[in-house]
This record gives sequence, structure tokens and C-alpha cells, in this order.
Amino acid sequence: MSVFEGFRFRQVSSPIHRLDPRVKFLYVLVIFIAAVIFYELLPLLVLFFLQIPFVLVAGVQRQWLRSLRGAMFLTTFLFAFNLFFGYISPGTILGGMSPLEYAFAMSLRFLVLVESFSIFFLTTSPDHLSLALEQSHVPYEFTFAFTTAVRFVPVLAEEAQTIMDAQKARGLELERGNFLKRVRNYIPILIPLIVSAIRRSLELAEAMESRGWGASKKRTNLYVLKMKEGDVMLIAISIIFLVTAIYVRYFFPLPPLTTIFPK
Amino acid sequence: MIEVKDVYFTYPTGVEALKGVSLNIRNGEFVAIMGQNGAGKTTLVKQFNGLLKPTKGEVLADGVSTRNVSVAQLARKVGFVFQNPDHQLFSETVEEEISFALRNFGFRETTLKRRVTWALNLLGLTEYRKTSPFMLSGGERKRVALASVLAWNPKVVILDEPTIGQDHRQKEILRQFIVQLNAQGKTVVIVTHDVEFVAECSPRVVLMAQGQIVADGDAKRILTDPDITLRASIVSPQITQMFRGLADLGLPTDVIDVSEAKKIILEYLEASSVERL
Amino acid sequence: MAIIETKNLTYTYPGGTKPSIRDVSLTIEKGEFVILTGPSGCGKTTLCRCFNGLIPHFYSGQLKGELTVAGLKVIEHPIYEMAQRIGLVFQNPENQLFALSVEKDVAFGLENLGLPRDEMTKRVDWALQMTGIEELRQRAPHELSGGQQQRVAIACVLAMQPDIMVFDEPTSFLDPLGAQKIFEVINELNKKLGVTVILVEHRLDLASKYTDHVIILDDGKIVLNGKPKEIFNSQTARLIGVGIPKATRLWQMLQENGIKLEGVPTSSDEAARLLREVLKA
Repeated sequence: MSVFEGFRFRQVSSPIHRLDPRVKFLYVLVIFIAAVIFYELLPLLVLFFLQIPFVLVAGVQRQWLRSLRGAMFLTTFLFAFNLFFGYISPGTILGGMSPLEYAFAMSLRFLVLVESFSIFFLTTSPDHLSLALEQSHVPYEFTFAFTTAVRFVPVLAEEAQTIMDAQKARGLELERGNFLKRVRNYIPILIPLIVSAIRRSLELAEAMESRGWGASKKRTNLYVLKMKEGDVMLIAISIIFLVTAIYVRYFFPLPPLTTIFPK
Repeated sequence: MIEVKDVYFTYPTGVEALKGVSLNIRNGEFVAIMGQNGAGKTTLVKQFNGLLKPTKGEVLADGVSTRNVSVAQLARKVGFVFQNPDHQLFSETVEEEISFALRNFGFRETTLKRRVTWALNLLGLTEYRKTSPFMLSGGERKRVALASVLAWNPKVVILDEPTIGQDHRQKEILRQFIVQLNAQGKTVVIVTHDVEFVAECSPRVVLMAQGQIVADGDAKRILTDPDITLRASIVSPQITQMFRGLADLGLPTDVIDVSEAKKIILEYLEASSVERL
Repeated sequence: MAIIETKNLTYTYPGGTKPSIRDVSLTIEKGEFVILTGPSGCGKTTLCRCFNGLIPHFYSGQLKGELTVAGLKVIEHPIYEMAQRIGLVFQNPENQLFALSVEKDVAFGLENLGLPRDEMTKRVDWALQMTGIEELRQRAPHELSGGQQQRVAIACVLAMQPDIMVFDEPTSFLDPLGAQKIFEVINELNKKLGVTVILVEHRLDLASKYTDHVIILDDGKIVLNGKPKEIFNSQTARLIGVGIPKATRLWQMLQENGIKLEGVPTSSDEAARLLREVLKA
């Protein structure tokens, strides 16, 4: 579960935490586009290191490192995969890099994406996120479904644990048996969990209706997200960055690292 | 039967739920573990069948340390009926549901069938043998859960908050059932905060507060003691409170049962009328 | 002035073989504190759901008879309209709280109504204050105890400022002290704000001291309807298995032995007071 720690929101106060989620999402989008349009190692390295000041300002270094650690497995796989195919058919590599450099670049691209999403989720509370969704005119049903799901995740996790305890106390051994038997052993866990979830959603629906769900087409909100100077600054930075990146990509040919550092 | 030796327990979240608890439950006893929500009652009984293992200290169930044995193995001797029956019901028929644990414990088919019939009979569920447990009412589902535990005949039966959501009549039936079960030699442990219910059964009471045992002994003595009940933040039975209000008239203050209350009042009135004569 | 009136109310759940409530006719006056009780399955929960419109709008099935709540014929008005006049607090606190903070949850109903922000803020503050949970404002519902969660649920309904509040076994999952606190909050709402209260409860020993009107259902029909003292000491109540307060039970037992008290006690204080007079005489 430690890889998920790299994405779970932490209640810390930092300038990054206070930024409007929509603006943060713009930032993530820009990084995403930039990472995708480049395939050379040099710009991807730049992208990777460019995000580190954000992580430090937000004070989420430890969790962020954990998300990277969690991503290591897939990254190594990507590296090996690209390296292998790079050697088999070197002609398909764009930009004429060596297979090694290409493999590095592709894995780094993946890491850059993980990195930016991690920062987003580490610094944005689900509350803020749902508020941003609402104000972005996403239909309230979806936002509500999202918030309620987040709200009940810990509840369901606890319930799953209780159900496991209850069945263990009736002699169910979850650790034993071959693969097939172990999968079947989860049926006494899944069924009560699903039935309980259904029952719970019925009760939730009753409560929602009883508190006026659907009363007004124009739903108001207790909070409102207001853009502040920090947000405007980040928007400006992101747009400038995106424009620069596109310019560099299409008008400024980048040499592969192997020509900068010849063997 | 159950030995708890100076047990400390801290949850992974850091909450210290048990702080040095020691307790001995002998074979055939009827014990009520009481206290406010959060006092540590459920945490304690979950140590009995190994669902939770002590952070410090030891728990022995029928002489075996709970640390070395799996929950499933301990469950053979220590039956646990959870508060919410819906946390265990999953089978297509009540019969299947009761057979589940018996199969897990390796009972032979012939013995199994006998046990299922016996359990159905005991809890008055014979007519529902082929019914889906999900079709039954709340009270009936509770009985199925109870039947499925009693079916494998554990030496100890633990009931976690058995009175929640039950109406008066259902509680009365449950009370008689538990008393009968105990009379037949089973060790029964109930976890409850229902003071009136305990007042009617009068078992041994183990009262907990903030992770420790603050009192252990006779129900009457404990439930009527103003200091102990205050410390554990529990409410004394209505009859007790009433007698406390009449203490200055020389009436006893350790009454918890209505019938006893009636007797005492009638005797008092007789005695005072005799005096006047 | 009657705020709830039913005449021959009968309801069968879809697929049900027999009606869950049959020919229920009752009147509840504005400002009353009513206790609705009866053995499990007697129809109390069904009746509550009729009051705010969940039956017939959410549950379909067959509803016959008349039902007027706060001047509205429930059959003709959608649930969200009823929600502004009658609120319903359910048994399980966990499944009534959907937001990630208490504040947001209390505001949920008001947001649904489309109220302007400053009005909402005022009402949220007021509801939190009335239920004594202001310090829990920013907390997440999952972190709260059962008693706290239930108070939040009450605040959520209260914020909509209904004339009537129905509580369906709100203390089922709470210990006696937690239950007492909830009853005190409910009583405050009734006595201080004049909210008409309908409380469905089994725990009559704790709740009966607040009420002046008790209705007992059995098998879908009303069997007793009147003042608590008359009802609790009736044989019928005992026969159908309603858990009358122990003080009242003692009174009954003494009656059977020829001892008469100057009234019917439902609480320990009352019983002590009445007994004192007899014992000293």
C-alpha cells in the first residue's frame, strides 16, 4: 500500500496546497503535453528536475519519494522493454539516438508524468478537488459520486477487515491452499461486502432524498474557490512554459546526449 | 479457560486500547464485559480468539497461547458471534450458512448434517432451512448467526453487543436463551453496555474504562456502587437509582432487580405497620 | 392545531404479501413530543417513511388512505418539498453523512435548496450551535464517534428548519450515556424551538420522561394511543412485549399487591418520590 501513500492528500499548509486545484491541474496538463512532445533525454531531464522546487515548497518530499519508489517497478519494466526493442530494430528510434538513451528517455517520460500527478494529489484535498469540479460546471451528480466515494473508502476498508475477522472466526483460513482455493476463499468476504455496500447506498439515498435532493435546478455552494495572485502567477508560468516548450520542440533541434558527450 | 496476563494492546493507528489488563475466566462461567463505547471491551474479547494479538503480555485460550496459533484454530474452541450478522451471511440457504464453519473445521458429512439440524432446532429456525438468509428479518438473521456459531459446539461463546436493535421481547428471549446455554455448561461471555439487561441476568461483571478493568465481580455490587459507575461512566439501573433516592429511609441501596425491589418494599411496609400496631 | 393527520393509512411494500401498516389513523398536534414504539416489525419505520414522503415517492408500492403533513397532502408533493417542512433522522449515523467535513454535510440540504451563501452560513452556524458541536466543524465524519455523528446528522436536518423532526431509533448504536445526550438535544429542539418531535424508540426507560404522547403499534395497527402514564401501565403494553420503564413495572407489581401510589412513575426520581410518601405514612 505504500505506493498509494505517494498520492494521498496530506493536511499541510503550504503555498502549493493553497493554490486553486484548477490551476494546479493546468500545470499538470502542461507538464503532460511537454513530456509527450519531447522524446529526447535532455528536455525530459529538464522537466523532471523542474518539478523538484514545487515538491520542496509543498513540503511533501517524503511522500513524493515514495510515489517514485512505487513507480520504479513499472519504470524498470519500461526501460528494459524499450531497450530490448531498441536493439532489435534500431531504425525505428526517432532522433537517431542510441537504444540506451532512448530507453532512458522513455522511462523518464513515465516518471515525469507520475511525478506531476503525485504532486497534484498530494497537495489537493478531495474537498477542494470536488469544489473545483463543481465550479468547472461538471454535473453535480458526478462530483457528488466522487466525494461520497472518497468519503466511504476508509469505511469500506474497515468493514472489509471486520468481515474478514468474522469469517476467520468461523474457521476460514485465508492464507492456505492453492491459488484457486484462495480465490474461492474470498467469496465469503466479497458477498457480505457487496451486500453491505448495496444496503448502505439505499440508506444514503433515503438520507439524500430526505434532505431535499433535487429541490432546485440551481444548486448553490457553501464555499467558493477564488483565484488569487499565486494562482494567476502559476497560470502565467504554465502558459509561458508551454509556449516555450512547443517552440523548442518544433524550431530548435535538440542534439541527442551522445553527441554532446561523445563516447 | 481464558487467561489474560497483563495484556497491553495498541492499534496500528497508535491508539492504546488495552493498558495492562489481567483476567481469568473459568470453565462454565457467565461473564458480562461492560463499559462505555471505546472502553476497550471489544478489543479485549478479540484477544480471546486471536483476532488481535497482544502487543505486550499473553493470552491463553484453553491453555494455548494465542500468539502461536491461527484464528481459525482458536475459533474451534472460542466461538465469536459478531454484532452485525450481515458481516458474515453470504450463503444461498440458511443450511449452507450453518454448514460453512463446520466444513472449515473438517466435520464429517454425517456429523455435519446432524449438527445443522440440531442448531436449526435450537434457534427455532427449522422452517427456514432452505430459505436464503437475506430474505429473513433482522432478528432472524441474528439467530442464524448465533446458530452458525453454536453448531460447532465451541467451549466458549462470545457475544458482541447481542442486544443492539432488539425490542424488549427479543431481549427477553435472548436472555433466557443465554442463561440456559450457560446452565448447560457453556462458558458465556457477553460484551454489552445494556445495564438493564445485565441487571436481569446478574452474571459476573467485568467493568472497563479507558483500556483498564476498574471492577470485577458480582453484578449487584458493581452496578450499585456510585463511585465505580461514575468512574466507568455507566448509568446504574433505574431500580438502583430509585433506591438511592430513598436511602435516607433506611432502605438497602444494592438492589438491581424489580422483583427484589417489590419484596423489599412490601417487607418494609409490613415491618412499619407492625411497629405502629 | 394538528400538524400531522392520517386517516386509514394502509401501505404494502412492492412484492409484499400483507400491508406493513393497516388503517392507521392518528393526529399529532403542533409542538408535541411523541414517542412511537412497538415490537420489531410493527410498522413504525414504515410509518415514519410515510410522513416525509419516502413512501410513496421513493418506495412505490401501494399507499391507501389520507395523510396530511404540515398542511400538505403527502401524496401530491415530491419529497424535496416535504423536506422543507419535515426532517427525518435515521438509525445509522454513518450512512447519513456524505461530505468530507461536518460543515459541508450540514450545508448539504441548504445547497440542495439553492439558498444564497450568507443565509447558508448563518443557518449552518446556528444548527451547529443548537446541537453543541461547533468544535467539530472542520472534522471528517469518519473520525467522529457514533454519538457525535448522530448529532451531526441532527444538525444536518435542523439546518433546513423543518417544523417537524422524526427520529427513527437514533440511539440504536449508542451506549446509554450517548443515548441520554441525544435525547437531551432532541428535547431542547422541542422545548426551546417548538419543533414537533416524533421519536421512534425501544429505550423507554431513558426517553419516556420527555414525552406527553405515546403511540404503540403492533402488527401494523395502532393498539394504544394516549398519555404515557395510561399507556405504560396497561396490560396490553405488557402483553405485546413493549419494554416499559422498570419504575412503571414496579408500580404495577405493587398495585397487584394492594399498594397504591399517587401516580404512575416512569422515571426513577418520580418513583422515589411517590414511594417516599407511601413509606413514610
